[in-house]
Amino acid sequence: MRKFLSRFRYHVAVFFAVVGPGFITAVVDNDSGGILTYSQAGAQFGYLPLWTLLPITVLLIIAQEMCSRMGAVTGKGLSDLIREEYGLRITFVMMALLVIVNLTNVMSEFAGVASSLELFHISRYISVPLAAVAVWFLVVKGNYQSVEKIFLFACVLYVTYVISGFLVQPDWKEAAIYSVKPVLLLQPAYLYMLIGMVGTTIAPWMQFYLQAAVVEKGVTAKEYAESRIEVIVGCVMTSVIAFFIIVACAGAIYRVQPREIHDAAEAALGLKPFGQYAFLLFSAGLFNASIFAACILPLSTAYTVCEGLGFESGVNKKISEAPIFYFLYTLLIVVGAGVVLLPKFPLVRMILWSQVLNGMLLPFILIFMILLINKKELMGEWSNPKWFNFVSWVAAVVIIGLTLAYVGMTIRGMQ
Amino acid sequence: MADTNLLYFTELVSMPVYDLKGRRIGRIKDAAVVPLVHPARIDRFLMGGTEAFLVIRYDQVASINLNRGIDLNDEQLVPYHDDEYMLRIARDLFDQQIIDVNGRKVVRVNDITMEVRKDQGRDTLSVLEVDIGVRSIFRRLLQGVVPPRLIRRLQHRIPPNSIRWDLANVVEPDPLRRLRLNISYSRLEEMHPADLADIVEELGPAERGAIFETIDSEVAADALTEIDPKMQASILESLEPEKAADIVEEMSPDEAADLLNELEDETSEEILDEMDAAPKGEVRELLEFEEDSAGGLMNTEYVSLHENASVMDALAALRGNEDLLESLNTLFLVDAEEKLCGVIPLARLFIASGGAKLKDLSAETLIQVTVDEHQDRVTELFDKYNLLTLPVVDEDGKLAGVITADDIISVLRAK
Repeated sequence: MRKFLSRFRYHVAVFFAVVGPGFITAVVDNDSGGILTYSQAGAQFGYLPLWTLLPITVLLIIAQEMCSRMGAVTGKGLSDLIREEYGLRITFVMMALLVIVNLTNVMSEFAGVASSLELFHISRYISVPLAAVAVWFLVVKGNYQSVEKIFLFACVLYVTYVISGFLVQPDWKEAAIYSVKPVLLLQPAYLYMLIGMVGTTIAPWMQFYLQAAVVEKGVTAKEYAESRIEVIVGCVMTSVIAFFIIVACAGAIYRVQPREIHDAAEAALGLKPFGQYAFLLFSAGLFNASIFAACILPLSTAYTVCEGLGFESGVNKKISEAPIFYFLYTLLIVVGAGVVLLPKFPLVRMILWSQVLNGMLLPFILIFMILLINKKELMGEWSNPKWFNFVSWVAAVVIIGLTLAYVGMTIRGMQ
Repeated sequence: MADTNLLYFTELVSMPVYDLKGRRIGRIKDAAVVPLVHPARIDRFLMGGTEAFLVIRYDQVASINLNRGIDLNDEQLVPYHDDEYMLRIARDLFDQQIIDVNGRKVVRVNDITMEVRKDQGRDTLSVLEVDIGVRSIFRRLLQGVVPPRLIRRLQHRIPPNSIRWDLANVVEPDPLRRLRLNISYSRLEEMHPADLADIVEELGPAERGAIFETIDSEVAADALTEIDPKMQASILESLEPEKAADIVEEMSPDEAADLLNELEDETSEEILDEMDAAPKGEVRELLEFEEDSAGGLMNTEYVSLHENASVMDALAALRGNEDLLESLNTLFLVDAEEKLCGVIPLARLFIASGGAKLKDLSAETLIQVTVDEHQDRVTELFDKYNLLTLPVVDEDGKLAGVITADDIISVLRAK
């Protein structure tokens, strides 16, 4: 019994030692773009789309699990592995695409900061520059361990969505029914929305970030069992938050008058009739999500690119030691925040384009991931078992198919 | 141009090969150094064009010319079969991580610079430098797309970034292959342990293990103490228990105890079993104490003398403990029952006459703690009395160990 207890304590200790990467990656997934998608889903179709969250969670877990496993076993980032196994040229093209995609993602995060704080009557000409400077300093002047703690705290703040979901007093019975009852409406808008939910949930940068964070954390193959639990819990939590966002918008907007909304701030305003708190919490959540993602995206991008191309990287290095890393990092923040302040900049169009590029990059990354994780010389006994390979190929095909469909519909919609 | 006798590996790959009659018989696909034969000469060229690679020995080459290609003087080529003694540039070196011994960091190989040398009327290639940085990335990306001459002209704008071949250390996890490729890590042993630790932290777990397996145990111990505690544990776990025990023996007992505390009980028992009796006893004693108590912080490397001893005796004792001198700054006096009764700053010995009694030199106030004192209290004492060392005694007042300022710095940094 004593031995059992000491084993149990050891595993709990290991769990807390590996916590971080999985949670953060999964939760950041609900960034300003994700919140917008879920709000739209709830506002336009009520509780109907809730059933998609379950399969989305499964897909997310499959993708994330592979990355964190590769990170723990090889001790190398995804871009490192792609570079070592597939050469410089492929890596370069991927990294170039990733920078462009993530730059537009950063733009949408700063746009989220701007619009959420405008709900509190703070001008974007004040909020965005301040946020940009804060983000830059947080990472450059801090070290990753303390930054990670701040990130974990930001994860906790997502609870605002849960509370605001309760405050609008939605129809819980219906929410419960539609969570498990698939409803397929053959309307273009509904299909587009369903696919969009998958598209915003599984993004290319997450795979790179998660694997790099697992490596940075020093998770080893032996501790991997705990790390896997963390990934799964993180993914489930993400979907729970998404659930409450949809429910809040269904209860507040759809119930009154189903309509399309165009940004997440509009969703927050829609909650206003249900009390000041519901509105405040939803807006604060949007701000938290936007600034959180605005911290992680530039960092993750600069890190991934420098690792893949073999430049010095890491926030623990001085600017003179890792010039390209800091240049990229700063560039992403300055440009990403800067364009939000340009009055005539076609931001919405840029964000749509970024989703198109996201969708074009993702298939390659997923395929590389599955190929890499099947390499015995890299993964040894940790490579994919046969049944899991089957599952991951099916998941990859589903994700790729839906993403490409989303890309197609987005491009058609843009014309 | 000054670099006419230079050849980049990216230029060598896909160079045409001509037989004695000047007919083109294939193109170069890869080339290899055979380190056991010659450390830098390209010994074998692998030529494609037929089904299997054909191997060209270095002495079968008549001339190498960037514009024309390679002319042979002997066309008796043998088919390639995997040769364990070859370090193949494209396969084994390109895109992999190597250690820059001089710059003390881990870098990724983009290209190789070679020199064409005349040797008995033949052209031979000798590896000069490993290329990293932007210029070589540029070359890799344009290789095969733009003519080599043009690449050479364009790249002049980009500053070069290379490491001399003899200062580049290849990392190979497989011990057998390490022997065959004549790879040793002896040059790493000359580095400062902190630099070595930084390098090791950047590598993957397999490479890490390889380095600690091969380098001298004393160097390994020094480097290991500079590494992040979590990683220390995983490195030690990856080693054979005997090697791990050798390294742990070289560490100071308090550091060894801290490290073993991080491991699972079984593993640390295995390592303890392999250790010599004397250090094992000390480490075991230290393992008994709570990690955050004075007993957990202290080490047992100190010099103590009887209270009636003279300065001459003290000097003799110091000569007998030469390995401790580097970090020693205090002597301890104990009475007949081994109870602590005085401390003497080492510097006092210099100004005392040889016959003087140590008792008369000792500091007036005796500051000490018991083994179960909490570490917060210990740091407080260091701060309050500006201590460099603090003796730790057991319940009976017997000297048990000593805490030094660097232990306190580690405690404070870990917070």
